[in-house]
Amino acid sequence: MYRRTILAMTTASVFALGFSTAHAADVAEGDTLAEKQVFSYRLLDQFPTLDPQLNEETAGSHVLRQIMEGLMTQDADGNLRPGVATGFEASEGNTVYTFTLRDTAKWSNGDPVVAQDFVNAWRRAADPATASPYAWYVELTQMKNAAEIVAGKMDPSELGVEAVDDHTLKVTLTQPVPYFPAMTSYATLSPIHMPTVEEFGSDWTAPENYVGNGAYTLKELALNEYFTLVKSPTYWDADSVIIEEVTGLVINDVNQALTRYESGEYDMLEPLPAGTYPRLKTERPDEAKSVPRLCSYYYAINQRPDSQPELRDPRVRQALSYAVDRNVIVDQILQGGELPGYNFAHAATAGFEMPEIEYAGWTQAERDAKAKELIAEAGVEDLELKLIYNTDENHKKIATVLSQMWKQKLGITVTLSNMEWSTYLDVRRGGDFDLARVAWCGDYNEASTFLDILTTDQEQNDGKWSNAEYDKVIAASKTSDHPATEYKAAEQILSDDMGIIPVYHYANTFLLDPAIKGFPMNNVENNWYVKDFYRVAD
Amino acid sequence: MTAFILKRLAIAVPTILLLIVFSFLLMEAAPGSPFATERGVPPAVLANLEAKYGLDKPLLQRMGIYVWDVVAHFDFGPSFKFKDRTVNDLIAQGFPVTLTYGFWSFLVAVAVGGSLGVMAAVFHNSWLDYLAVGISIGAQVLPNFVMAPILVLIFTLWLGWLPGGGWRGGQIEYLILPVIALSTSYMASIARITRSSMLEVLNAGFIRTARAKGLPMHRVILRHALKPAMLPVISYLGPAFVGMITGSVLIDVFFSTGGIGQFFVNSALARDYSVIMGITILIGALTVLFNLLVDVIYAWIDPKIRY
Repeated sequence: MYRRTILAMTTASVFALGFSTAHAADVAEGDTLAEKQVFSYRLLDQFPTLDPQLNEETAGSHVLRQIMEGLMTQDADGNLRPGVATGFEASEGNTVYTFTLRDTAKWSNGDPVVAQDFVNAWRRAADPATASPYAWYVELTQMKNAAEIVAGKMDPSELGVEAVDDHTLKVTLTQPVPYFPAMTSYATLSPIHMPTVEEFGSDWTAPENYVGNGAYTLKELALNEYFTLVKSPTYWDADSVIIEEVTGLVINDVNQALTRYESGEYDMLEPLPAGTYPRLKTERPDEAKSVPRLCSYYYAINQRPDSQPELRDPRVRQALSYAVDRNVIVDQILQGGELPGYNFAHAATAGFEMPEIEYAGWTQAERDAKAKELIAEAGVEDLELKLIYNTDENHKKIATVLSQMWKQKLGITVTLSNMEWSTYLDVRRGGDFDLARVAWCGDYNEASTFLDILTTDQEQNDGKWSNAEYDKVIAASKTSDHPATEYKAAEQILSDDMGIIPVYHYANTFLLDPAIKGFPMNNVENNWYVKDFYRVAD
Repeated sequence: MTAFILKRLAIAVPTILLLIVFSFLLMEAAPGSPFATERGVPPAVLANLEAKYGLDKPLLQRMGIYVWDVVAHFDFGPSFKFKDRTVNDLIAQGFPVTLTYGFWSFLVAVAVGGSLGVMAAVFHNSWLDYLAVGISIGAQVLPNFVMAPILVLIFTLWLGWLPGGGWRGGQIEYLILPVIALSTSYMASIARITRSSMLEVLNAGFIRTARAKGLPMHRVILRHALKPAMLPVISYLGPAFVGMITGSVLIDVFFSTGGIGQFFVNSALARDYSVIMGITILIGALTVLFNLLVDVIYAWIDPKIRY
């Protein structure tokens, strides 16, 4: 689906057709529900907070999706569906959005959810006094004055959002953002019950104080151990929520997580230990799953003015990329259903038309031959490169294999250097490398979430690759009626100039008890709502 | 004795202060930031975060404020990562957990290790000795990162008797595996030290005298041999006790107990400055305290030390 199509569909159809009315768990015919409706899963790490405006990572977002509800949510395929809002209307060329809130939405303490709760929350997210690490998300929505408020130049009350009445929320943007409604499903833009925050201060997130508006409420939380959620009786759609209790277990050690899953302690283990997918798929064919995940793995090539001059020759960059045998990486190392990557945006990105990347169609022998030819043509001899990656078993294996390929095929010597995450980010931002491992996950399901970051002045463009033509095409996509065309052209430019070395497109591998139904396998952002699940009798 | 204790205290206080200063500077020197992410934080957002946590102030001023808060208010500040918690909250949650299983591990290690050691020495070169030495060497070569998965494999996956992790307020079935995993290697060390020290004492002249007087063997051991034989063991027990009650990072991570070990390792990786400092100071202060305690006990057992 194209951005414009989302837009066309959303604006035209929200009021005309309405969304389907069945939102929560749809029990398939012939399924017998289990007596105890519980769901439990493993978390790799403790989420640092359940304050929606302070949250900045995935584990917390998964929980917030259950205990808080934004204006819009996502269905099993990642499409928008109504949350607190029953619908919205876009006007003034997608710069003004008016959301209608359902009058049955309630907080877990019984108070009604009103438009002002959203206004308060969004101002709070942007307010420098809150110091939210996700304040940039509010900026990203292009809400009026967001950037100025975050920078402390304006008062939070000047944010471009207002409560027209209790059930009407009007949002004003500085430029058209056709996917704005989709962005309201993320935790940062959840509403907030201000009286609770004011009464308890930072303790408001403790289970005994927490007031949310989601399908579940927080019952227990023991840091680094577990948490439990129970079905909220005040949720507007509580009648269709089937799972009564959700438990999350923090199990840091991945092999321990597997042992405890195998002992039947919980229902979902994600992600799987590296390299275990093929074995688990054989042993537990009904439980082991691999689905596309909206992330791309690549190597940034340092293009800063003080970098190695050879790397600023496109022929050398092409040779480096051609010499990488991606099938070895996905089939021999990762083995979890990942796809070899010859372009940047993930192949499963909504509305994205995969361009015809020339070298993707060649055999590896052809690529190798071409790579050698290019290196000879560029006159490169005795090139030594410094490759950096953050400490991790898989990154290490991939880096080792790549350096071997480059050594054997091109005679380029690559020294590997690994460092732990926080140091790594510093070094990579600072540009002390020739090649650096990067992974990028989409913030929303649209190709611009990938392609934007390689434009010249983006902070996330760690290699500092810069191509005027690319920048121009990306700029054009913002106002295009069919941005997929521009995205295709951008990928073509990126591939011709080889601004990065794409390696693979992610898959999400996990184990799921077959008794749990309703898991959204087609949601490439891996956004799941337990209210859609149910448990069948064994 | 009082003078002795006072003298040791006078050394302990500057030791802890130095520890605070050095940890602070080391942490400062480490690359990375608590706010670093893959995406990168925009400058305006970063500035707000730094202002909130006082990182916009110069180093010396920050250190001064920190030391003052710790010393005067016992306030270790807010966590950088757990944004709605303070370090005191995290320690209040994690430390009782670690203290509980650490304390039980200590008891098990001392009781089993001590008995094995004494037994081995008394029945020197008999099969009992070999058995005890065998057990302690076996336990020594199975460090907790090997023990823990083996225990879980046997008792959780195969037998299904005990939970493979969690804490649930410290119920007994959640305690057993962490205690076994943590205590074994300490137990082995205690057994070895006790054995060799006991052997030495049993060959000493005063023991021969006691036996020549016709005292029964158990009285010789309990009344005469045990006290001097315990000296080297006690010097080991001080740091060992701190090691156990401040938790093994591995036990906390592996068994998801919620103890401070997990906070410690996570805070180091996430550059959660205040949590790293808080737990370092806690462990440091306990180490100093128990070393002091060991010195006092030592002096009490062996008057030679006092002079």
